[in-house]
Amino acid sequence: MPHLFKEDTVKEIEEDLKRWERETLPKSLERYPERMEKFTTLSDVEVDRVYTPAHIKKFDYYEKLGFPGEYPYTRGVHASMYRGRLWTMRMFSGFGGPEETNKRLKFLISHGETGLSLAFDYPTLVGIDSNDPMARGEVGIVGVAVDTLKDMEIIFDGINMGEVTTNMTINPPAPVLLAMYVGVAEKQGVLYEKIGGTTQNDPLKEFIAQKSYVFPPEPAVKVAMDLIEWSVKKLPKWNPISISGYHIREAGSDAVQELAFTIADGIEYVRQLVSRGLGVDSFAHRLSFFWDSHINFFEEIAKFRAARRMWAKIMREWFHAKKDRSLWMRFHTQTAGVSLTAQQPWNNIVRTTIEALAAVLGGTQSLHTNSFDEPFRVPSEFAAKIALRTQQIIAYETGVADTVDPLAGSYYVEWLTDEIEERAWKYIDRIEKMGGMLEAVKKGFPQREITETSYKFQKDVDDGRKFIVGVNIFESEDVDEVRNVPLLDFNQEEIEERQIERLKFIKSVRNKEKVESALAELERAAVRGENVMPYILQAAKAYATLGEIMSALKRVYGVYVEPPIY
Amino acid sequence: MGRKPIKVLVAKIGLDGHDRGAKVIARALKDAGMEVVYTGIRQTPEQVVLAAIEEDVDVIGVSILSGAHVHHVRKLVELLRQEGAIDIPVVVGGTIPIPDVDTLKQMGVKEVFLPGTSLKYIVDTVRRLYEERNAIGGYN
Repeated sequence: MPHLFKEDTVKEIEEDLKRWERETLPKSLERYPERMEKFTTLSDVEVDRVYTPAHIKKFDYYEKLGFPGEYPYTRGVHASMYRGRLWTMRMFSGFGGPEETNKRLKFLISHGETGLSLAFDYPTLVGIDSNDPMARGEVGIVGVAVDTLKDMEIIFDGINMGEVTTNMTINPPAPVLLAMYVGVAEKQGVLYEKIGGTTQNDPLKEFIAQKSYVFPPEPAVKVAMDLIEWSVKKLPKWNPISISGYHIREAGSDAVQELAFTIADGIEYVRQLVSRGLGVDSFAHRLSFFWDSHINFFEEIAKFRAARRMWAKIMREWFHAKKDRSLWMRFHTQTAGVSLTAQQPWNNIVRTTIEALAAVLGGTQSLHTNSFDEPFRVPSEFAAKIALRTQQIIAYETGVADTVDPLAGSYYVEWLTDEIEERAWKYIDRIEKMGGMLEAVKKGFPQREITETSYKFQKDVDDGRKFIVGVNIFESEDVDEVRNVPLLDFNQEEIEERQIERLKFIKSVRNKEKVESALAELERAAVRGENVMPYILQAAKAYATLGEIMSALKRVYGVYVEPPIY
Repeated sequence: MGRKPIKVLVAKIGLDGHDRGAKVIARALKDAGMEVVYTGIRQTPEQVVLAAIEEDVDVIGVSILSGAHVHHVRKLVELLRQEGAIDIPVVVGGTIPIPDVDTLKQMGVKEVFLPGTSLKYIVDTVRRLYEERNAIGGYN
C-alpha cells in the first residue's frame, strides 16, 4: 500500500508536535490568546490549530486521490482539467418576458459567457400559465415567463441552439420545457445529436428544499425518470437531470447534509432507472450534479473533492458500473445566494469571488456567480457583468486554473475531505436504513434536519458565534449605501399583460383539434403508466400551453400539499 | 391567571417556495413563548385573512422572497380592511428593495424585515406591536 507517509515518520512528527505544543506554542498563546475557544467550519466541524501528516496517517495516495481523470476522481473528472478547457461560465439568467431574456442572454454571450442558463418565473416553475389567477403579480419577476413554444422561440431568437448548451432550472414541468427546447431547436434545423444542455429535473430536492413541487413524491419521481429514459436514448448530449445540493444548502443545511442528501437522491434515481430495466452504463454518464459554493473556503473545496470520490465508489461498488464515464461526478456550481447580505451590498462581490474560487479549486465543470444586488432583486445588467467578470479574472489572471487540483496534499484539505466524507456516509447509512431517499422524504427526515440546522445557524449569528460582516460585525448605518444600488428596473404589470395577450393570441391561432387530441393522448398515456415524454413533445409542438399539459398530468397524478411543519 | 400568549400567524403568500426564513422565525417566536400558526407555502391573501380571523391572531407576519411582495401585500391589506380586521398589525419579511419598503409602509405595514434582521429584533417588534394594539384597544 503506497501510504504517503512512513509509519515511523508519522510517529516522529506526532512526537515532535507534542514538543512544539510544549515549547513553541505557549509563548505565542501568551502573547496572542486565540480569538476563539473553539474554531469550527460553517458545518461545525472542529478545526485544529495546525495540520500535519499525523492527521492523515494512513493516507493511501491511490485509494484517496489517484490521478485526475482516474478512479476515484478526487482530483477531477478530466485528466488535464482547466489546462485544456476552462469551466463553462454559465450565468443563471431570465426575467420579464421572452424578449427581455433574449436580450440579456445576448448581452452575456457578447461579454464572454460560454453557456446559457435559464431562470423561469414562479408560474412557469410550478407549471401554470401566465393567465392563471395564482400567477397574478408573479409573471416575469424571478425569471422568464414561458407559456407556449412561441415564448421559447423568442428566447432563442438569433441564438444558434446547435452551438450553445443551455441549462434549464425547471423541475415538475421539466419535460414540458425540454419539449419546447427541442421543438425550437428542430425549427432551427438543429439535429437531436447536437442539442446540448441540462434540465434540473430533480424532484426529491423539491420536497426537501426548493418547494416548487407539483405532483406527490412517487409520480413526481416517475415523470422525472421518464424524461431521463427518453433523453438518454434521443439526446446523447443532454444532461437530463442535475441532482442538486444547491437548494438543500440554501434552505439551511450544512455542507455535510448537502453532500449526503444529494448523493442519497442520486442513489434513489439510479435505483429507479435500474428497476425500469435500464443498464446502469446506459444512463450513468448523463447524470449531472449541482452544488452550492458557500463562504467557508476549505470546507467547500473538501466537499467537492469528497463528492467525486463518493459517487465514483457508489457507482462502481454499489451499482457495478463498468464504463469510466459512469463513475464521473460532473457538476455545476453556484455561489451561495444565502451568503449575500442586504447590508453593505457591495461586499457581496468579494464573497462571490471567494466562493467562485473555491468552486474552481474544487474542480467544477460549470459555474454561476451571483450578482451583488441579488438580496434585492434579479440582477441588473451591470451587476451580472461584474459577476461574469469575476469568473474571467479567476480564469485568466490568477493562475489557479493552470494546474490540476492544486490543493491536493494539503494536510488540512485532505483531512477535511476525509472528515466531510465520513460524516456524509453516516447520513447516507441512516437514509439507506429508512429505505432510501424517497421513503426518507415521505417521512420528512431531510426536511426536519435542514430546519434544525438553519435555526441553529440563525441563533449562532444572533448570539455572535458566527460572523457576517455588515450584519453582526462591522455594521454601519449608512442607508444610502443600500439605497444607491442601481437595481434592475422593469414594469412587471406591463410584462404580465403582454404575456397574457400573447397567450390569448397563440390560443386563437393554433390548431385546436391537434392540441386537444395531443392532450387527450397524453392523459391516456399517463393513465397507462407509459413514458409521457413523447406525448408531451407532441403537445408542446402543437402549442399546447404549459398549464394545459401540466393540468392533464395533474388529473392523473394528483397534487402535493405539504404538511406545514417548522 | 396566566396571561394568554401572543398569537402570531406566519404566512407565505404567492407561489414562492423559500420557506427557510418563515420557519426560522416561526420557531423563534414559539421559543419566545408565543403561539404560532404557520400556513405553509402557496397561500392566497384570501386564505391568510381567513386564517387570521378564524385563529384570532394578534399579529400577521408575511414572508415573501419572490419579489411579488407589493402585489400580494396590497391585496392582503385591502382584504383585511374589507373584513374589518385592519387593526391586526402586519409585518413583512423578505428580499425587498428599499423603495418597496417605503411603499409597503405606506400601505399600512408596520415593519419590514430585510435579510440579516436578528431574531431578537423580530421577536421584540412583534411584542411591541401586540402591546401597542392592546393599549389602544383598552381606550376604545
